[in-house]
Amino acid sequence: MAFLKAFGSYLPERVVSNAEIGARVGCDAEWIRNVSGIDERRFAAEGESVVDLALRAAQDCLEQAKMKASDLGMILVSSGSWERQFPGPAAAVASKLGLDTTPSLDVPMASAGSLFGMSLASRLCESLGPILVIGAEKMSQVVEREPMERGVAILFGDGAGACLVHPSNGFAKVLDCGLYSDGAYSEDLKLPFESPLEMNGRSVILQASRKIPRAIASLLDQHRRRAADVAVFLMHQANQNLIARVAQALEVAEDKFYSNIKNFGNTSSASMLIAAAEWSRSHSLQPGETLCFAAFGAGFHWGALLAEGAG
Amino acid sequence: MDKSAQIVAIIQKVSGKALTPDSAESLFDSGLLDSFALPDMVGEIEKVFSLKIPDSDLTPRKFDTIERIEQYIEEHGN
Repeated sequence: MAFLKAFGSYLPERVVSNAEIGARVGCDAEWIRNVSGIDERRFAAEGESVVDLALRAAQDCLEQAKMKASDLGMILVSSGSWERQFPGPAAAVASKLGLDTTPSLDVPMASAGSLFGMSLASRLCESLGPILVIGAEKMSQVVEREPMERGVAILFGDGAGACLVHPSNGFAKVLDCGLYSDGAYSEDLKLPFESPLEMNGRSVILQASRKIPRAIASLLDQHRRRAADVAVFLMHQANQNLIARVAQALEVAEDKFYSNIKNFGNTSSASMLIAAAEWSRSHSLQPGETLCFAAFGAGFHWGALLAEGAG
Repeated sequence: MDKSAQIVAIIQKVSGKALTPDSAESLFDSGLLDSFALPDMVGEIEKVFSLKIPDSDLTPRKFDTIERIEQYIEEHGN
């Protein structure tokens, strides 16, 4: 058994408008809004690292859960924009939380990392205890690699989100998750060590438009639920046009998909949990109501997770 | 209606533009379709030609021109 106990988030202070990023890559604010649904994004300060972002989201999540770091059985950090090859950020985040023996695991997976982390945590927490899942990304250091590419630079922002997965209590019980990977598309979205991010946008959109709804529908079918029965979908905030297509494929209204991409852009593996944290501040899940998470990203890796309001 | 004309009708429907591209012209590089119109176009092709296109065949290049779409339908159609 696994429960979602709380979410947390952290967004850096600096707001980067479409006008500012557009001026650097030769496009206007309106065009960016039309192709992505994004108005602005946040960029971390120069000295602010992935670990700093992750730590702030972790602290927020622990505060929301009314738990101490010492209560944790594991920390899991996903990031595709971590600053060095190894070690990953998980152990450093644990250390900054005052932990010196708690196992900490890195999931070096862009975009879908938080979803995979939550799924792993929901399966491991019964034996390890509460698990803090964090998605943290400093995508600004990726998009600013020269030569800046318009289709990439306009999309991404920095931030971190977190989720506490608990073995015995929380506001929602995890029902199931479905995870998928297909390495045949590994060249279509990749970040080499030094050079800019490379994205075959058409391939990403074509595959994501099919694979995300299918993953969600398969999970709903297994649990004899309809998309229309889901109270809210919390999806990776990749692009508002993609969110709209997924909603259309599932034959539900687009506003069933909580969205904050307008304000924060695509924060890769952090985005789904940043959206979840924002949603949870103004909404509550009633007992029996269904909550559905979904993500898709480089790899390709994709999937969905279903949870139900706990009584 | 022949295949080519049916494909043009699909392109016009998903693009919302009454244009007839050359058969070898890139539908995307020409600006006629954007990335998000691609899944819509593939969905319409499946519907109109009673095809089930597997994910492994969904590479943008295969659906980039009328010629290539027609060739795909010839090879995989009923």
